[in-house]
Amino acid sequence: MTYYASVLDLIGNTPMVEVSALSPEPDVRILLKLEWYNPAGSVKDRIALAMVEAAEKDGALVPGQTLIEPSSGNTGIGLAMVCRLKGYPIKIVMPINVSVERRQLLEVWGAEIIDSPGDEGSNGAVRLAQQLAGEHPDWALLHQYANHANPRAHYEGTGPEIWRDCPEVTHFVAGLGTSGTLMGVGRFLKERNPAVQVWAIEPPSGETVDGLRSLDDGYIPPIFADNGGAELLDRKTIIGPRESIEWTRRLIDVGIFAGISSGAVMAGAARCARRVKQGVIVGVAPDGGAKYLSSRAWTGDLDDVTERARQTIYF
Amino acid sequence: MTVEVRLPTVLRQHAGGQSVVRAEGATVGEVLEGLVRAYPGLGGQVLAQDGTALHRFVNVYLNDDDVRYLERLDTKVSDEDVVSILPAVAGGAG
Repeated sequence: MTYYASVLDLIGNTPMVEVSALSPEPDVRILLKLEWYNPAGSVKDRIALAMVEAAEKDGALVPGQTLIEPSSGNTGIGLAMVCRLKGYPIKIVMPINVSVERRQLLEVWGAEIIDSPGDEGSNGAVRLAQQLAGEHPDWALLHQYANHANPRAHYEGTGPEIWRDCPEVTHFVAGLGTSGTLMGVGRFLKERNPAVQVWAIEPPSGETVDGLRSLDDGYIPPIFADNGGAELLDRKTIIGPRESIEWTRRLIDVGIFAGISSGAVMAGAARCARRVKQGVIVGVAPDGGAKYLSSRAWTGDLDDVTERARQTIYF
Repeated sequence: MTVEVRLPTVLRQHAGGQSVVRAEGATVGEVLEGLVRAYPGLGGQVLAQDGTALHRFVNVYLNDDDVRYLERLDTKVSDEDVVSILPAVAGGAG
């Protein structure tokens, strides 16, 4: 094939590149799957298309209908691109403290942005979107945290691509947000080889994203619970902003200009490498670096950049 | 072992407003039991009512690792370790 009929056909089949030069262990290879090769620039293009097409198929979404979705960035951007092509107006509910480039990209694609309180983090955006969707029954809420097309996009896409390109994988490492990547890819890889270990990388749940009034306001994504996430994951580990930024900078040494969550995944892969001493780790690098230039993550003083990252949602 | 236990904002009211307390035990479970003995208001908040499992909406970390994926309440602790209690929330969003 020499050309594609639509930009939507460019979603998926992202390249994987070896970054073992950064591995702290000589007998552990590390590969990253570069998800900014998707057309709107992140891994979330996969679930954006999958969720819209699933809703079209089952009739939950009809031509011209308005969508509303909580997102701290990439899902919103992916959905805005897909909706622009398919002719759906879309409103994105996002915490006020996300990077300026994310807002600008949403504007580029023509999405309307609704601000949610920064101190309530992603959970606050979810709550506000659910409230607004309740008040406007004619709006469609795809709800990435509960939509089974989310993990399915990874079970049918990302997972098979990794298995095709690197069947020697022993460990899979990805960030934990909605849990869609971990559930979909993790389940696929374990079905092929039950010995594959699945590591979830979390950002610290700091004061800035802790707007809970009681523990019972906690939130476990339904797709995590429904896919037996507690049994599927083999390790769940926190990577803080400083380590994430240090590894985002190290990735530059191997020619990879990635976003800060990719640095966190790389830090997690390095932690995994030091623990297992031997193996082949595949990590998902969710987005590229351009959206984070305003954070000066690569060029600013490490302490200053880390402090700013604490105030910003970068996963 | 004496370890440092970090409490989330929503639980500090049950520990005299402190964000960090010390507790003793050889395992995460013993540390949490010791914590509840010292601060009874935390009972039913951190552990489920029968005391044998973690509350559904609580994640407990030994240093950086979620103990649900280690040996749960049987996870061994060492001096210098930090046990952090955090509300279960979606990790991020994307």
